[in-house]
Amino acid sequence: MASCSIEDVLAKAERDEAEKLRSIAVNKELDLEFDPGHLLAFDKNRVDTREFKDNKGEDFLRSLARDNTQLLINEIWKLPTEKVDEVIVAKLPDSTTPLPREKPAPKPKPPTKWEQFAKLKGIQKKKKTNMVWDEVHKEWKRRWGYKRANDDTKEWLIEVPVTADPNEDQFAKRNKAKKERVARNEYNRLKNVARAQKIKVPGIGLAPTSQQSKSELAQAVNVAKISTASVGKFQEKLPKEKTSKNTGKKRKFQPLIGDFGSEKQKQLDLLKVMDSKKPRLDVTKAVNKQMREEDRESAQKSKKSFGKKGRKGNMSGKGKGKGMAGGKGKGKGMAGGKGPKGKGRKPNMKQGKR
Amino acid sequence: MTHLDGIVKAKTRRAKRFLQSREPKLTESLKNCMIIKGGNTSETLSQALKDVYALKKPNAVLYKKKNMVRPFEDSTALEFFSKKSDCSLFLFGSHNKKRPNNLIFGRMFDFHVLDMFELGVERCVSLKALKKDTCPVGTKPLLVFAGELFDTDREHQRLRSVLTDFFCGPRVSAVRLAGLEHVLHFTALEGRIYMRSYRVLLKKSGCRTPRVQLEDMGPSFDFSMRRSHMASDDLYRTAHKKPKGVKPKKKKNISHDAFGTRFGRLHMQKQNLDKLQTRKMKGLRKRKRRGEPAESVPPKTAKTDV
Repeated sequence: MASCSIEDVLAKAERDEAEKLRSIAVNKELDLEFDPGHLLAFDKNRVDTREFKDNKGEDFLRSLARDNTQLLINEIWKLPTEKVDEVIVAKLPDSTTPLPREKPAPKPKPPTKWEQFAKLKGIQKKKKTNMVWDEVHKEWKRRWGYKRANDDTKEWLIEVPVTADPNEDQFAKRNKAKKERVARNEYNRLKNVARAQKIKVPGIGLAPTSQQSKSELAQAVNVAKISTASVGKFQEKLPKEKTSKNTGKKRKFQPLIGDFGSEKQKQLDLLKVMDSKKPRLDVTKAVNKQMREEDRESAQKSKKSFGKKGRKGNMSGKGKGKGMAGGKGKGKGMAGGKGPKGKGRKPNMKQGKR
Repeated sequence: MTHLDGIVKAKTRRAKRFLQSREPKLTESLKNCMIIKGGNTSETLSQALKDVYALKKPNAVLYKKKNMVRPFEDSTALEFFSKKSDCSLFLFGSHNKKRPNNLIFGRMFDFHVLDMFELGVERCVSLKALKKDTCPVGTKPLLVFAGELFDTDREHQRLRSVLTDFFCGPRVSAVRLAGLEHVLHFTALEGRIYMRSYRVLLKKSGCRTPRVQLEDMGPSFDFSMRRSHMASDDLYRTAHKKPKGVKPKKKKNISHDAFGTRFGRLHMQKQNLDKLQTRKMKGLRKRKRRGEPAESVPPKTAKTDV
């Protein structure tokens, strides 16, 4: 009896378990595909159209959705959980569904001219402290910006250098110098940007400088002279002015003996380019050719079929000789057909050329 | 604003931060969505647009005014909008005689149209019409796709990808279990696509996993497929390209068993156990002998001597 009761208890427990599971279990012909990373499920099973119609669409869709959602929820509940701020949270794995990116991946920034130079020389960045001791105010102040330490723009008096013009405004001079430095820096920044984007940097030869030398001035004059619509052909000249020479780009040659590796590479690259060059396809020309060929073929076919008919008639009548003659005639006909066309075209072409 | 990258320099910190937020990132966590009203929209359509906006809300922009745009003919206007609002997903609604109640779901890559699908709204039940509880704004929905077509037909496959992209919301590493309140169910049947939106009610089942019950929430649409524009394979592959830095480098020659124990092979030199240094004590100290210096010469040199 005792054993029987144990069996009963076990069976009952099993049944209970099954009952519990039944409420969350769903039977499907094909298993669903899950991607818990995106909370995504995909049911590949065929949707029964008849049931959809019988069952008044909406209810059918809802029951389908319920089953699928239950399966997805079952899958999500299997994930490892964590307690964060009194809330149970399921950790999601990386998603398996590939989705395209929004923007292409960022590229590393190309180094500026200074960075290149610093790397070459091994100059490393040093962190400067933000606060600096100001001797005048006897105070710690910021190195840069508003209310900075040792601010030379805030001086109320500047000593006029012995060499300087006594009437010159030293404050204005200082301001101007500052503005020029700022402009120069901006120009350099733009040059860096241009170099990074592989755009040709304009006007490197004639960058603004504070004091232009004789040669620079001469170059500027030359550039200005040839910057006309007629490339300076009709520019007026001074009585004894020499025409400028060597204003263009000088040719540069590779050294006679140098890096053999790079030279070899260059040659190989050239060969590669030559090898890979294919004749360019002129689409209109190719299409015209194809069309003409098709026309010709169809024309030939139609003629052949006529010829066959003729032949049959001939065969029934006389011997081979006539058939041969018919063949010749055909050939002549073809040639004749072509001839006038060609003749008609040629003069046209010539006229067009002239 | 990519064409001005690095050329226009931000003048304030705030502007700099703004520009930084728009720069391409190594791992993208979120795609924003713009919902655009076309030149003409019917009442159902503008309601539909509003409803989708409600579903997408914190990550969406609604363009409420008329926009005379035809995405399939000329997508430059859309590209401009996408640059302006930094959105890579779009939903465009328009209504005309030839294509009544037209919705275009699409996505962009690098501010150019990648895929778009034109769906005609045959039936629409809006959020308002049902007058039932809705889930809170910004809930990450469960997405379920059903139907053979989503697996077999190429266009449907791509549409599935677009819809996943459109509705899946931010990429997250963890999710609150009690917050799974919203299901979007897409069924492909007889050339139509039925989009249904339900509220999930989690009921006690007696075991750990709850039993699911669904309640209609809206919006629900019956779509029919119209025109489509799919990216070329080449572009599609480029868009899926993963940057180098993201994937952690795989360590070689390390395996794990079922319990997560790490196995590997160590390569060590042969140890001379005779000269093993045990604990140092005064009593065990070696005495220096006279003959010892010759013995303490390392064996290698000794070999060369021989």
